[in-house]
Amino acid sequence: MTDTLVAFDDVLASYDPAMGLEVHVELNTVTKMFCGCPTEFGAEPNTQVCPTCLGLPGAMPVVNGKAVESAIRIGLALNCDIAEWCRFARKNYFYPDMPKNFQTSQYDEPIAFEGFMDVDVDGETFRVEIERAHMEEDTGKATHVGGATGRIHGADHSLIDYNRAGIPLIEIVTKPILGAGAKAPDVARAYVSQLRDLIVALGVSEARMDQGNLRADVNLSLSPKGSGTLGTRSETKNVNSFRSVERAVRYEMSRHAAVLDAGEKVLQETRHWHEDTGVTTSGREKSDAEDYRYFPEPDLVPVAPSREWVEELRGTLPENPVAKRARLQGDWGYTDLEMRDVVAAGVVGLIEETVAAGASPQAARKWWLSELGRRANDAGVDITDLGVAPAQVAAVQALVDGGSLNDKLARQVFDGLLAGEGTPEEVVAARGLAIVSDEGALSAAVDGAIAANPDVADKIRDGKVAAAGALIGAVMKEMRGQADAGRVRELILEKLS
Amino acid sequence: MTTDWTRRTAAEIADALAAGEVTSAEVTQAHLDRIAAVDGPVHAFLHVDAEGALAQAAESDARRAAGAPLHALDGVPIAVKDVLATDGLPTTCGSKILEGWVPPYDATVVAKLRAAGLPILGKTNMDEFAMGSSTEHSAYGATHNPWDLDRIPGGSGGGSAAAVAAFEAPLALGTDTGGSIRQPGAVTGTVGVKPTYGGVSRYGLVALANSLDQVGPVTRTVLDSALLHELIGGHDPRDSTSIDQPLPPLVEAARQGATGDLSGVKVGIITELSGDGWQAGVMTRFQESVDLLVKAGAEVVEVSCPTFVHALATYYLILPAEASSNLAKFDAMRYGLRVWPAEGASAEEVMRATRDAGFGDEVKRRIILGTYALSSGYYDAYYGTAQKVRTLISRDFEAAFEQVDVLVSPTAPTTAFKLGEKLDDPIAMYLNDLATIPANLAGVPGISVPAGLAAEDGLPVGFQILAPALADDRCYRVGAALEALLLEQWGGPLVPPEENLS
Repeated sequence: MTDTLVAFDDVLASYDPAMGLEVHVELNTVTKMFCGCPTEFGAEPNTQVCPTCLGLPGAMPVVNGKAVESAIRIGLALNCDIAEWCRFARKNYFYPDMPKNFQTSQYDEPIAFEGFMDVDVDGETFRVEIERAHMEEDTGKATHVGGATGRIHGADHSLIDYNRAGIPLIEIVTKPILGAGAKAPDVARAYVSQLRDLIVALGVSEARMDQGNLRADVNLSLSPKGSGTLGTRSETKNVNSFRSVERAVRYEMSRHAAVLDAGEKVLQETRHWHEDTGVTTSGREKSDAEDYRYFPEPDLVPVAPSREWVEELRGTLPENPVAKRARLQGDWGYTDLEMRDVVAAGVVGLIEETVAAGASPQAARKWWLSELGRRANDAGVDITDLGVAPAQVAAVQALVDGGSLNDKLARQVFDGLLAGEGTPEEVVAARGLAIVSDEGALSAAVDGAIAANPDVADKIRDGKVAAAGALIGAVMKEMRGQADAGRVRELILEKLS
Repeated sequence: MTTDWTRRTAAEIADALAAGEVTSAEVTQAHLDRIAAVDGPVHAFLHVDAEGALAQAAESDARRAAGAPLHALDGVPIAVKDVLATDGLPTTCGSKILEGWVPPYDATVVAKLRAAGLPILGKTNMDEFAMGSSTEHSAYGATHNPWDLDRIPGGSGGGSAAAVAAFEAPLALGTDTGGSIRQPGAVTGTVGVKPTYGGVSRYGLVALANSLDQVGPVTRTVLDSALLHELIGGHDPRDSTSIDQPLPPLVEAARQGATGDLSGVKVGIITELSGDGWQAGVMTRFQESVDLLVKAGAEVVEVSCPTFVHALATYYLILPAEASSNLAKFDAMRYGLRVWPAEGASAEEVMRATRDAGFGDEVKRRIILGTYALSSGYYDAYYGTAQKVRTLISRDFEAAFEQVDVLVSPTAPTTAFKLGEKLDDPIAMYLNDLATIPANLAGVPGISVPAGLAAEDGLPVGFQILAPALADDRCYRVGAALEALLLEQWGGPLVPPEENLS
């Protein structure tokens, strides 16, 4: 069934959007939230489990102190108050991927509450208020086999991997975001994007949306323009890229408007986001009557972080990403457009390290944004996982600056680096990539090219300097690329002047 | 003359093992023989591990021969309530839903038994998931009281108490959520201790109500309980609620008490735990014991704890609430019983059918009660209010312990009732725990010591001693004193008539 949609501009003519964003951050602690099992991603199914995270009868949880520390740091970075005393609570519901059929979470006593984040949308600042950040455990991962959709409906059977069960999560919940109007989709995207930058800067999560380290749920409702009320919301689950967050908000706004325009009621329900088609579809209906029967987890003692500890952690917070970005843009001399591109590509940190290792900001931007960005894209990996270190990029650029490599040869050096052939210098030596600086050989090659292309040579003699490119190409081919193109051009112009 | 090692206390067996008078293999075999002889009618055990126990006994004897016993109780056999996880031994909690489940790990207390070298004889019967006061709610059949096989052995730990009373084991582990160690102790004429909450690790105890449960000793003497309590107690990093400080000296307190001198000890009789509904013979034996405490030099006063009258109602909100959530994990997905209602049934349908077939009526009753008490709109009225009353009960204890060192009451209002007598009347069943529940709600320790037989039915009566949290030693001192004075009066321990068991 295809949803009826209203054009975005028409939505805004009649309605005000309200959003609520819930972001789950999977922490990068070495062990799980309540047991000593490893959290490493990608292990064989059900190999990183124990009586506690499998929910075996009699097993008990113990809180991971490092996860509490990460939660407090996230809370502080979001300008939240940190609870002096809070508890875990059981959220009771039945699902096969939940080992205990309750999730150990926090309810009315979150570790962090009442904060905000200022997000940057096209140069304007929009304040997103944070209601709470709380600690909880992840569920197992169910794979539904035999159905057409990969969802449980229609599946033949399901496989459950409990390696993920008990991985620490921080759920960050905003207050209703009102007044964003036409910018609602951009505000949503910018919020999630900046939140990710913050999480990365804190070093508390791998924060990779494609691997589910960061998962966003988008709540959206519309109310008649200017009414100041809140409409019925839909909750779109697991929107797993920045672009999708923006698209999902846009889609739901258009869908809600169509429902309301038709005089119907918006269903309060969970919806699934489809990355490929860019639409949401109905999941299970959710009513306020859904009752998780929360009560304090009696197997755990309250978490009561001392004020001294909280202040100590406040001292470990990284520079605010927005302020930092402005500072770096100034330091690097990037245009707004250049800065936006490197931010969007997620390479700010990589460029920072490359510059620190000695490369110029423009050279660092060039390598990370074009050459290495393309390679990461081709390999389908995150650029941070490509296997090239900022220091290596700086070393390659140093060889270019020193005249022993040109850009084309440098690309071959990256091939060698990715193939694990050693340092840039070792790759250059092993592959024989250094530029030939023997003037005699170069001069002979130029002479040969002139002799082989007399008509081109005549044009250059007549002052059509642009034609030199054809001769440069011939010389470079003769030299198998290992020549400094600048020097070749100089020689050609010298000989034909 | 041959010695019947089953008639000896754990302390006596330990001494004999140390003196080389007997081997663990002989003692363990004697208990296994006793189990074979009497457990048919008693049905204290759900699972007997003769092979494992004898292998552990042989290892113990080898260690002792090499001069390296692990502990004073190394080689003394023990029975374990079936609610504690035992690596390699079935653990059913008295429920069909866990039939055939063999845990891949040991509860911390079981690991401590193994590390100390105590051969584990087997797993003892209990009310399903520890819900009951008679062991009649076991899915595997009731345990019978060795004093009268037509009567209940108490519950939920009737199996452990009956095993110790019938000389099938010198020691046993029980668990006490509202009296499940102390009440069976009272009605079988044995000693049972509920330690301070957090004093003994709960890791591996299949939770009934996490905020109330405690593991504790079941024995025939106060000294044996102290020895076992010191072995199983102490901080466990796997149990966040366990107390990170050393236990008070319990064995020392028991030995001090055994001298019969209670000078300087102030004892409070709890006003609210007597009156209508309390069996006359129980009250008579209780008063006689109080008189003995006075004779031993204790000062006895009456203390009122007015909120205790609300303890039962409070307990029956908090317990089902926690239990309803704890028992959710029994869903046929990972272990235990799995019932397929139809070919191609969904996970949800399998869960529903399994839980319907696997849980008994009392368990279902409490799941429904607890689910209701936690429901949105009812939480504040039920669970919330119960937590507030619980705090008031703790305050009553605190106020009382400002006046006295220990509080005393009969352990249970009556002696053992007939099997089946209260099965259809849950409230009557729940009233058995009237005197034991307040200690669980407040987390304070308690002991039940045999106080003699009621005149009207000749059945055992229990005397309960409660102390402030962390002062478990007071229970042992007063309990051992009372035990010594009573034994002197009786000329030896009161034991169930042997002819009952054949």
